[in-house]
Amino acid sequence: MTPDLAIETRALRKVFGDVTAVQGLTLQVARGEVFGFLGPNGAGKTTSIKMLLGLIAPTAGEAWLLGRPLGDRGVRARVGFLPEHFRFHDWLTAGEFLDLHGELYGMPRDRRRTRIPELLELVGLTAFRAKALRTFSKGMLQRIGLAQALLNDPELVVLDEPTSGLDPVGRRLVRDIIRDLKARGTTVLLNSHLLSEVEITCDRAVFIKHGAVVQVSPLGTLIDGDTSVTIRTGPLPDGLAASLHRWARDVRVDGTELRLTVADETALPAITRHLVEHGVDVYAVRPHKLSLEDLFLQILGTEGSL
Amino acid sequence: MGAIGTMTRLTFREAVRRRIALAASVLGLAFLALYNTGLYFIQREVAASGPGPAGAMNEAYNFFMMAGLYAANFLGVAMAALLTADTLAGEIASGTVQTLATKPVRRADLVLGKWLGLAGLLGLYGTLMVGGVLLSVWVQTGYRPSNVGTGAALILLNSLLIMSVTLASSSRLTTLATGGVVFGLYGLAFVGGWVERVGFFIRSATAMNVGIVSSLLLPSEALWNRAAFDMTSPLVRALGATPFSAGSVPSPLMVVYAVGYLLAALWLTIRWFGGRDL
Repeated sequence: MTPDLAIETRALRKVFGDVTAVQGLTLQVARGEVFGFLGPNGAGKTTSIKMLLGLIAPTAGEAWLLGRPLGDRGVRARVGFLPEHFRFHDWLTAGEFLDLHGELYGMPRDRRRTRIPELLELVGLTAFRAKALRTFSKGMLQRIGLAQALLNDPELVVLDEPTSGLDPVGRRLVRDIIRDLKARGTTVLLNSHLLSEVEITCDRAVFIKHGAVVQVSPLGTLIDGDTSVTIRTGPLPDGLAASLHRWARDVRVDGTELRLTVADETALPAITRHLVEHGVDVYAVRPHKLSLEDLFLQILGTEGSL
Repeated sequence: MGAIGTMTRLTFREAVRRRIALAASVLGLAFLALYNTGLYFIQREVAASGPGPAGAMNEAYNFFMMAGLYAANFLGVAMAALLTADTLAGEIASGTVQTLATKPVRRADLVLGKWLGLAGLLGLYGTLMVGGVLLSVWVQTGYRPSNVGTGAALILLNSLLIMSVTLASSSRLTTLATGGVVFGLYGLAFVGGWVERVGFFIRSATAMNVGIVSSLLLPSEALWNRAAFDMTSPLVRALGATPFSAGSVPSPLMVVYAVGYLLAALWLTIRWFGGRDL
């Protein structure tokens, strides 16, 4: 157990009957990090989250949350959780719902009295405080669920598909909230199918397939770093492609197209100049950044989605 | 007590908001209105037939009171099962329980809070129904049975027993399966009770043993029989069985067994709900 980690798991495994939902999850999430959980449907993401939160007992393995072993009741006072299927007691009003969960967090009445209006304001539901949750749209339920997850000023927030029911405005709101949480040093574990969401908000992401970690990657470096480039040219003299290794790697010639990868786009003018100086006609230079979707498909492939 | 109290209040609030309390109260009052109407006309007939021996009139009033309590007992049992069947099973199936169980509370406290809330609701319902029947008889006829407190407590205990068994099943099975299990068990105990009654009349030890075994499977009918014995009139007691009670009276040990059964069901609920994946 490493005390400065928000989440640490070692070979966490869950088997349901003859189905292995999580094969052996080993990962570390630093405190203050916004961490993405990525994988196709059925990869074991939600099961992993449920194990971390004590909703499901692991079949094997160990894990610690904020330095405390799984199952520690006290640590849950420092954790917020928005479940994937946000079903709540819909006969409660929004205010009563937050008050109930504040009570369960053990928050004193005075603290609840100030905190609930703050959160309703944050998620844009102040005007709906006295409305029953059964009258709420899916997006409104997700917003009130998010408010519930933030009631206790948690050190770790686990958001399982927090934007699935939200319109673009709502998604923007969630992104802003995650940014604020990060600015305050809160750790966020984000499971989202919306890769653009993860791309924008997460520092790192784990790619999971068939219940096992395939790769843990810092998103900033991966996405912002390398640029693959396609250059359409006239005929290339022998040996010229190889000379481009001064600026680029993975240089391949494919007919009249030159494909290469550069660490930085600022290398492109020099490459173009070099080609022209050697008598090569350059018709087009097309740099394209790796999107998280490219990365997702590259790492996890296209098969395996359930 | 924090989380337990919160869950108890939540259970009460749910009964009010989902209009369960209103429906139970309105139908309970309708039952009492019908009962009072019947009692009024019977009492008028009895009075019109001339002043008989006071004892005979009391026998008639006791018989009619027992009929009312028999219905109140059955309604209490049905209310306990229907109110409870979806409590845990429904929240587990819908996922509502996930935000509750991830709070810094023991799962046992969630169960105990719900149990106390349901017990409170059934206590109120039982008071309305049993109290209503007893009050109706007393107001209209002036008749007061013996051992009212013990009898009423046993009827309430019966509904708490069924509620606890239902809660245990609901922590492990779906709502529909829970309904099947609880009414199945109750049916066994009910039929067993009647087999015992018939066995008593025809002096069949085997039939009476069948009844006793069914009481061990679920002691609900035995609790009613004990309550009926306590409140029935001395003359009927001497005669043996009535349509509303058994000939062989369950011993006080059976009441202890029922309390133990209830506590075991509550313990199982805590254990099953505490250990299951949500």
